[in-house]
Amino acid sequence: MRYSLLSLVRNALSGHRHWRPAWRDAAPKPAYDVVIVGGGGHGLATAYYLARLHGIGRVAVLEKGWIGGGNTGRNTTIIRSNYFLPANAHFYEHALKLWEGLSRELNYNIMFSQRGVVNLFHSPAEREGWTRRYNMMRLNGTDAEVLTRERLAAMLPELSLDPGARYPVLGGVIQPRGGVARHDAVAWGYARAADRLGVDIIQNCEVTGFEIGNGRIAGVETTRGAIRAGRVGLCVAGHSGTLARLAGLRLPIETHLLQAVVTEPVKPFLSRVVSSGALRVYVSQTAKGEVLIGGPLDGYNSYSQRGAWPTVERILAGAAELYPRIRRLRLMRQWAGVMDMSMDGSPIISATPVGGLFLNGGWCYGGFKATPAAGWCMAHLLATGATHDLGRAFALDRFRTGHILTERGEGPQPHLH
Amino acid sequence: MLLLPCPFCGARAETEFVFGGDGSVAPPPEGENASDAAWTEALYFRDNPRGAHRELWFHRHGCRRWIAVERDTVSHAILRAELLVPSARKDGQA
Repeated sequence: MRYSLLSLVRNALSGHRHWRPAWRDAAPKPAYDVVIVGGGGHGLATAYYLARLHGIGRVAVLEKGWIGGGNTGRNTTIIRSNYFLPANAHFYEHALKLWEGLSRELNYNIMFSQRGVVNLFHSPAEREGWTRRYNMMRLNGTDAEVLTRERLAAMLPELSLDPGARYPVLGGVIQPRGGVARHDAVAWGYARAADRLGVDIIQNCEVTGFEIGNGRIAGVETTRGAIRAGRVGLCVAGHSGTLARLAGLRLPIETHLLQAVVTEPVKPFLSRVVSSGALRVYVSQTAKGEVLIGGPLDGYNSYSQRGAWPTVERILAGAAELYPRIRRLRLMRQWAGVMDMSMDGSPIISATPVGGLFLNGGWCYGGFKATPAAGWCMAHLLATGATHDLGRAFALDRFRTGHILTERGEGPQPHLH
Repeated sequence: MLLLPCPFCGARAETEFVFGGDGSVAPPPEGENASDAAWTEALYFRDNPRGAHRELWFHRHGCRRWIAVERDTVSHAILRAELLVPSARKDGQA
């Protein structure tokens, strides 16, 4: 059923009894052309573009739990393309352009809201850094503006610009086309669109091993039986290392925790996403009115999906400094996701030493905004065996050749990215 | 919140420490004569275990010594903690 105003009215008048499931609950077949491991946004987008752009319909997406139940449902939904290095800038800008047409393309409302992403600076050194980066974005053809304190005051009326603050705000930068989208809807929209093109979405199906012969992949073993496939794509960021180990591979990735919290809902007061590097916090207000607050990694390797309180305390202190009015709000939820932290802070979309096995991972804490472009490049790789131009810099090989892609230059220390 | 058992100071909160990364990796023993492949492995590739993980912590707000901790990356249980003693170099240099 195509969603439209007509379908909405018709179902409303018939008591909403005739809506059909948005995708089939498929059972695994013995063989597919392509098997994708991981039913998050990236895996589902990969399946959709494989079917839509490359005409490969015999595709299965295997998900150990339910689709969108991992990092797709845990991120803070921010979409932006404010990168400095040309390879990152062009890739994320392509993603942003796909986001702009995605609701229409998928016939599914992903609630993409281009409300603008603001980054504040608190020192002359930070101002120079951000201005350089945003000037570079303009050279790369991305929208970017530098904001004075006066413009910030007009744009964000509740923001504290107190000159007596510990880190007084000197100004900021904005990417006006950046924003947020409903993360669950992204998984559901891609799932529904892929399903309509014949992709099998198989939930509660965990991959427990790989069938490899003569250095080539021949299939996967799962909790629901063996499945043969000549091409397998891993889209399991957070758990890439665990899956890769089953295939005998070691990766330039560590797994770390990233937390977020939301407050109780309040009236709308914050129309943009606001981020501060000095305070190491970012704040936005969801469509439901909750204040959504995120920050840096907890800082040590972990697969626990549970964050610790010192980080919560730190990010809440930062958020309250930016927006003093939220001090009295109560927290409603706190959660953590596990991140694939790559050694240079940039993602990996790549062939691996095992023939026919491809990896999409190492997204650090930036995987959500990349979803459409990651699926786009991964589908190209799985369909043709060749790297898409946009993803050339993300090859696994770069750690051996020295072409590492590091935006901030901390060196191979994932807990500092 | 992790409670790290410092061999000098006793159990202290993680906020007193600085994380120093994976403690199971070391530069190749051949030093500058090691192959590119050996350096690539040491610099960039990690076991990233789901379970026991050997890692380094610096007790910044305590004894200011480095300790090696073995910690479970799923349950966060501390399995072992010991003072990190740099191994003496064979050529006698510090």
